[in-house]
Amino acid sequence: MTRIPLRPLARILSARAKGENPDAIERENTRIRHEEMRDTARQRSEGRLVVLAISFICLFLVVGARMGLVAASEPFEPRAAVSTSRIVNARADIVDRHGRILATNLRTHSLYAQPPIMVDHEGAARALARIFPDLSEERLLSDFTGNRKFVWIKRKLSPEQQQAVRDIGEPGLLFGPREMRLYPNGSLAAHIMGGYGFGREGVQAAEVIGTAGVEKAFDTFLRDTAEQGRPLELSIDLTVQAAVERMLHRGMKLMNAKGAAAILMDVKTGEIVAMASLPDFDPNDRPAPPTAGDQSGSPLFNRAVQGVYELGSTFKIFAAAQAMDIGLVNPRTLVDVNAPLIWGKYKIHEFRDQNFGPALPVHDVIVKSSNVGTSNIALMIGQERQQAFLRGLGFFDPVPVELAEAPYAKPLVPRRWSEINTITASYGHGISASPLHLAAAYATLANGGIKVVPTICKRAGAMNGRICNNALPRDRLLSEAVSADAIGMLRQVVTSGTARLGDVPGYSVAGKTGTADKPRPGGGYHNEKVIANFAGIFPSNAPKYVLVVTLDEPTETSGSSPRRTAGWTAVPVAGEIIRRVAPLLGLWPAIEPPAPNEIILTAN
Amino acid sequence: MNTLIYILSALAVIGLAFWAYNENHKTRQALSEVEALQREIGQLRETRAVLRAEWAYLNRPDRLHDLANLNFETLGLMPLRPAQFGRIDQIAFPIPEAKDDAE
Repeated sequence: MTRIPLRPLARILSARAKGENPDAIERENTRIRHEEMRDTARQRSEGRLVVLAISFICLFLVVGARMGLVAASEPFEPRAAVSTSRIVNARADIVDRHGRILATNLRTHSLYAQPPIMVDHEGAARALARIFPDLSEERLLSDFTGNRKFVWIKRKLSPEQQQAVRDIGEPGLLFGPREMRLYPNGSLAAHIMGGYGFGREGVQAAEVIGTAGVEKAFDTFLRDTAEQGRPLELSIDLTVQAAVERMLHRGMKLMNAKGAAAILMDVKTGEIVAMASLPDFDPNDRPAPPTAGDQSGSPLFNRAVQGVYELGSTFKIFAAAQAMDIGLVNPRTLVDVNAPLIWGKYKIHEFRDQNFGPALPVHDVIVKSSNVGTSNIALMIGQERQQAFLRGLGFFDPVPVELAEAPYAKPLVPRRWSEINTITASYGHGISASPLHLAAAYATLANGGIKVVPTICKRAGAMNGRICNNALPRDRLLSEAVSADAIGMLRQVVTSGTARLGDVPGYSVAGKTGTADKPRPGGGYHNEKVIANFAGIFPSNAPKYVLVVTLDEPTETSGSSPRRTAGWTAVPVAGEIIRRVAPLLGLWPAIEPPAPNEIILTAN
Repeated sequence: MNTLIYILSALAVIGLAFWAYNENHKTRQALSEVEALQREIGQLRETRAVLRAEWAYLNRPDRLHDLANLNFETLGLMPLRPAQFGRIDQIAFPIPEAKDDAE
């Protein structure tokens, strides 16, 4: 574009010659130039507006077209993508360590009624009362004839019952699909399983929620659909559990006990291979908890986990092991066992007022189960170290096992720990813990002194790392040598001490008995009611399993006078359990190496 | 010349339309087949769950124990005992059968 000068020389000269004002020319030219500039600017902005308008129109067209498409087309699922997803159960199965089913789901139906569309109210009520003897006809009739629009009749139906209800032919009786939980093994491992209930209920489905045991402890995992129905793998072995329950039940009947508990635990991993508590119940039909009275009498009560008892002489080995670990004594150090031991206003007696005095080696203190000897060892250790050791073994806190009841079973320890508590705790009195605590502590002893944390999950299970406390034990509480010495003493208890009836040829059982008088609710102790315990380790030369058997109020009546001590009650039961269970666990019977002193004798 | 091109392209369009329709039809058929299979898999899974539950119920230790007791005379089943473990070298070699000289 040619630029027109504001003052063209030719025109100015001619204007000057005519006597006109040359400034007028300049002004006119300036005006023309400004008009041109204004026109181009307007054109440009008009163009921009058009572009903008077009793009907006396009945008609105696209959005509108999409909306129209969405509104007009038939909705359908992207069918090709479905092939990757699986159809999963509402709640995952629970299996044992070999994958055998402990709990699974079953589809059934629930029954409900809609009175407004019912034809024959009286007839339906009468027929239903005949099919379900637990329903009352009057109640049903008042429900049907009242102004209710919806009545639940049964939450679970068997196929036979469903057919019977269909045969009534009443249009107002309707079925809704329902998943129910099935425990095919009945009362087996009932306390571990716990039980289930229905949460929010609808006609089409209902939430299945765990109410106790692992069902409650792992409720979120079991219901998580993201897990695609992966089963929960427990450490329980179905066969072993069944054998333990059978033998324990037999033992409980034979010893006239009112309750019993047994725990079998792997000493390396803390896995609970079997855990039984009697009396038990059927989790398919879990009874309601007692509303009044003592909870511990109910079959729902898990004695192995919830029952905190004074565990008696089974504690003695802890004092001996700790003293050996600190270096205060060795198995042959002589300890004062003059009975009774008088401490302030208290007198510590031996069992049946025996006297093993004046002195015994530590080894024999355990084998003969001397209260006085253990008390003196505990006094050597001192209350602070003793307390720290027992705390390390886990006797001060609830067991961190994955059961819904476990966190509430807090051991009972004296609030103020004075010297008399040190003395009584050394032989297992004045401190109450569950049999599971004892099993964990014995497993620690048998695991070369490395602390064992009990678990109900299979270690190295497919998904257990995320949901169980699966860290293998690491904290060392005792040296390996002390652990071996302690097990040696426990072996002697079985070969020549109080637990002779528990010796199983080939399996080299080591263990300690404990008999504790039951505390009276008002204070003081019962004379004739005891808790008999046996905590055993087998095989003693290479410990693999710990077995704890607890009998509640046993009486052995084969002799001339009734016998209640653990050696006569809990020990034979434990022996039978080991005899039955050890082969099932794949343990080979082994010929025991003879005791060292016998070799010396033959050398002479 | 132009006419020929028009006719050819029209034929090509018809051919492609036919092919596209065919493919679409096949895809739909495959999808509904997949759906039917999915439904069948679902039903089979449900059946399997029921069968597994029934298997577990029939194999419950209590029942097996009772059955072993009931059939003790024919089966003679006893609980496993420690003495029943054996080693392979404790088993005697089978006595070779006496050869009959039929040859």
